[in-house]
Amino acid sequence: MSKMHVKLNLNGREVEDLAEPRTLLIHFLRENLNVTGPHIGCETSHCGACTVDMNGKSVKSCTIFVAQSNGADVTTVEGLANPDGSPGVLQEMFREHHGLQCGFCTPGMITRAHRFLQECPNPTEEEVRFGMAGNLCRCTGYQNIVKAVMAAADQINSQKEAVT
Amino acid sequence: MNDITLEERTRNLQGLGSSRKRVEDVRFTQGKGNYIDDIKIDGMLFGDFVRSPYAHARVTGVDTEAALKVPGVLAVLTADDLKPLNLHWMPTLAGDTQMVLADGKVLFQGQEVAFVVAADRYAAADGVEAVEVEYEELPVVTDPFKALSPDAPVLREDIKDRTEGAHGPVRHHNHIFTWEQGDKDATEKVLAEADVMAEEMVYYHRTHPCPLETCGCVASMDKVNGKLTLYGTFQAPHAIRTVVSLISGIAEHNIRVISPDIGGGFGNKVGAYSGYVCSVVASIVTGKPVKWVEDRMDNLMSTAFARDYWMQGKIAATKDGKITGLWCHTTADHGGFDACADPTKFPAGFMNICTGSYDIPVAYLSVDGVYTNKAPGGVAYRCSFRVTEAAYFIERMIEVLAIRLDMDAAELRRINFIGKDQFPYQSALGWEYDSGDYHAAWEKALDAVDYTGLRKEQAQRLEDFKAGKTRKLLGIGLAHFTEIVGAGPVKNCDILGLGMFDSCEIRIHPTGSAIARLGTISQGQGHATTFAQIIASEIGIPADDITLEEGDTDTAPYGLGTYGSRSTPVAGAATAMASRKIMAKAQMIAAYLLEVHDNDVEFEVDRFVVKGAPERFKTMKEIAFAAYNQAIPGLEPGLEAVSYYDPPNMTYPFGAYICAMEIDVDTGEHEIRQFYALDDCGTRINPMIIDGQVHGGATEGYAIAMGQEIAYDEMGNHMTATLMDFFLPTAWETPVYVTDHTVTPSPHHPIGAKGVGESPNVGSVPAFSNAVHDAFRPFGLVQSHMPHDHWRIWKIADDLGLHQ
Repeated sequence: MSKMHVKLNLNGREVEDLAEPRTLLIHFLRENLNVTGPHIGCETSHCGACTVDMNGKSVKSCTIFVAQSNGADVTTVEGLANPDGSPGVLQEMFREHHGLQCGFCTPGMITRAHRFLQECPNPTEEEVRFGMAGNLCRCTGYQNIVKAVMAAADQINSQKEAVT
Repeated sequence: MNDITLEERTRNLQGLGSSRKRVEDVRFTQGKGNYIDDIKIDGMLFGDFVRSPYAHARVTGVDTEAALKVPGVLAVLTADDLKPLNLHWMPTLAGDTQMVLADGKVLFQGQEVAFVVAADRYAAADGVEAVEVEYEELPVVTDPFKALSPDAPVLREDIKDRTEGAHGPVRHHNHIFTWEQGDKDATEKVLAEADVMAEEMVYYHRTHPCPLETCGCVASMDKVNGKLTLYGTFQAPHAIRTVVSLISGIAEHNIRVISPDIGGGFGNKVGAYSGYVCSVVASIVTGKPVKWVEDRMDNLMSTAFARDYWMQGKIAATKDGKITGLWCHTTADHGGFDACADPTKFPAGFMNICTGSYDIPVAYLSVDGVYTNKAPGGVAYRCSFRVTEAAYFIERMIEVLAIRLDMDAAELRRINFIGKDQFPYQSALGWEYDSGDYHAAWEKALDAVDYTGLRKEQAQRLEDFKAGKTRKLLGIGLAHFTEIVGAGPVKNCDILGLGMFDSCEIRIHPTGSAIARLGTISQGQGHATTFAQIIASEIGIPADDITLEEGDTDTAPYGLGTYGSRSTPVAGAATAMASRKIMAKAQMIAAYLLEVHDNDVEFEVDRFVVKGAPERFKTMKEIAFAAYNQAIPGLEPGLEAVSYYDPPNMTYPFGAYICAMEIDVDTGEHEIRQFYALDDCGTRINPMIIDGQVHGGATEGYAIAMGQEIAYDEMGNHMTATLMDFFLPTAWETPVYVTDHTVTPSPHHPIGAKGVGESPNVGSVPAFSNAVHDAFRPFGLVQSHMPHDHWRIWKIADDLGLHQ
């Protein structure tokens, strides 16, 4: 099958490669660009392990053709560290509150939480549970993930207050 | 050096009892984990299976010609290609053999028929589409009872005439084994003469561990030096190396097995699968590394299901509720091949722990293993070899007996618990329980949930329901479970002849930091965090200064791996024992440095001090350096040790779980209002991690009890092969858990730890299920099979006439 030229703005950098148009975004990220943070858990959009941020929305990159993402702004978990390379707030809060065990869902979970906290900056626990329901975890029972997201919201909000 | 207190020095170690943050999380949270599908080797190819659409059929032809013309496809393997290598069948962990690729017929839907090897996963998928297979359908049997009828179709034609199986005589062409434990005659006599006898069929349905990462491997045969490197999602990498050597004929020293980060296992990644064998062969054939990674449908259809036990039970008691005997006959559906993962002598695992937490004087268990046209497996899904089935069985039978006796089920448990003073306790079915205080745990749990108050509320709710004021019922689900984990003593536990010991090797570096390697492999349990804590407390080096490695058979000592909650009971014990060997030498070094006799120094948190003169001491850092720097008479340089630990007994964690559940009679929907989990896992290494294990295990239990199943229709079609149909709860449905604990150390474990990973799955399933049953008890419900999804709960209400 003939290949197309794909460009992305990935984690703030312009990247490009050739790929068959039918290539799924998750495979393009993982195989072509060696960005292996997002994982593959189901390939049917149910589990959310492949969640990335595309043009300001959470998407499951296992059900996006690379042709659909050409030219898009894409953020993966690798792009959520602080500018100095230290772990970002969400990454730190997931560790602090034991919000992960095997770590397989974690990149998708954190990437979803990143977008969710922009959609809903002061969430209740119920809103976190609903807002994160597109991402499955088999290890944690979500209790500490919810805690981590709530704690991250607090931190982000207090940093904002400190600035203003 | 004495400027900080003893308490501060202890705290700085982050040893036993510390809720130390996990060292693994730094890389996992930044997307820097290294899972099987992240492994890339130059020139790597990708393999994918052609799978059978039929549950039972003859394979009359496999045409690979068109597939070989697909761009990117390099090879297609069939059983005929594997035959000359004698790899078309492989041994299972249960003494059976299993087809690697369909050899003349298929026995379940999704069975592997051909293996397409291509340049990438897209070309492999295209190749799979192009393989033409001719099938001739055969009669299908998916019901294990029908499979044993005289005219049932012959499934395993390869062994149809045998009279002796791997576990004794065989009486029918679809019969695998009968396993008997306990005293049949004595039990039947007690049942016949009992004041009260309750009988019920308890079904624990077929389900699947479904870790978020599926199974996979990368096989890389280096033809120049003759070495095979096999990366894979292996819960038992060392055992896999031995198995690969035995079945492939490649010498074991020429095989290196590496388990990288594993994205959850839960038992799914214990067994050996066709994908591993085909990848190795494909790598040998093509001379290139070959990757095989399942997709979710492959995973749910073909690799290792769990449970599927039909447990017929009889329980006898006196009029006032003292249990006098227990009888159980189990029909175990193993699918097309017996690929259970159990220790060799236990074809039904530890199902004989089914007397549970109760002092039952006499008991009898028999288990029939049966072939059907379903996927093979029977692994312990977050479970120690069928203890989940056993615990569900006894916790249902207790409830059934309580109904028969018209008695409160909490009180019935209380009067039958094994007493604290009865430990070590010999069970009627052959186990020696190490320690426990069930009454204390039970009372603590009942108090914590205000059990009396809950029952009052429930009674009021019932009145309101009958008066038409509400359509919701309240169920109170009780469970007290006893686990049996830490397999196990080599004298009675082996897998494929390999004794179930485990191991730890510790090396102390000159600057006083350390590396430890174990025979186990973490799949999310946090071994790198917790095993370092054991060492920290034992030898006084901060946990942060200890690196922990597992999963590379070229560097780690041999061990049987991580499943059956065996890591802490067995490898954790090896860790403590290796530490103690280090300490014996460290003591001699300290005495030499302090110029006193060996017996005149004693260990104190992070140093050896001279007895009676605490100002004279050597820290572990100083001792470590001396081990590499001083010529000490009579001592070799260096400071390292290895321990291979053969546990004297299993450990027996236990717990009390209580669930309060609201049930909508008209929709069948439920709401978990409260879930309380008390666990006693002996000495607690990291409370934060224990709580996390309980949350996760209870959520898996919630899924199993309330909706998760592997279902087949009568044609053997797999009905639940995607995450649309196979229930994995989201954050939205998942309950909130309140955790609690008591501490009853194991008397035989070096640090008293018992293991906890599986307890919440063992305990929560009966708690959830009993809550559903309890809600409908006033209307006459005695037994209804899981999973209790909305439709099935609605059906209970409908059958009880509650919808008029």
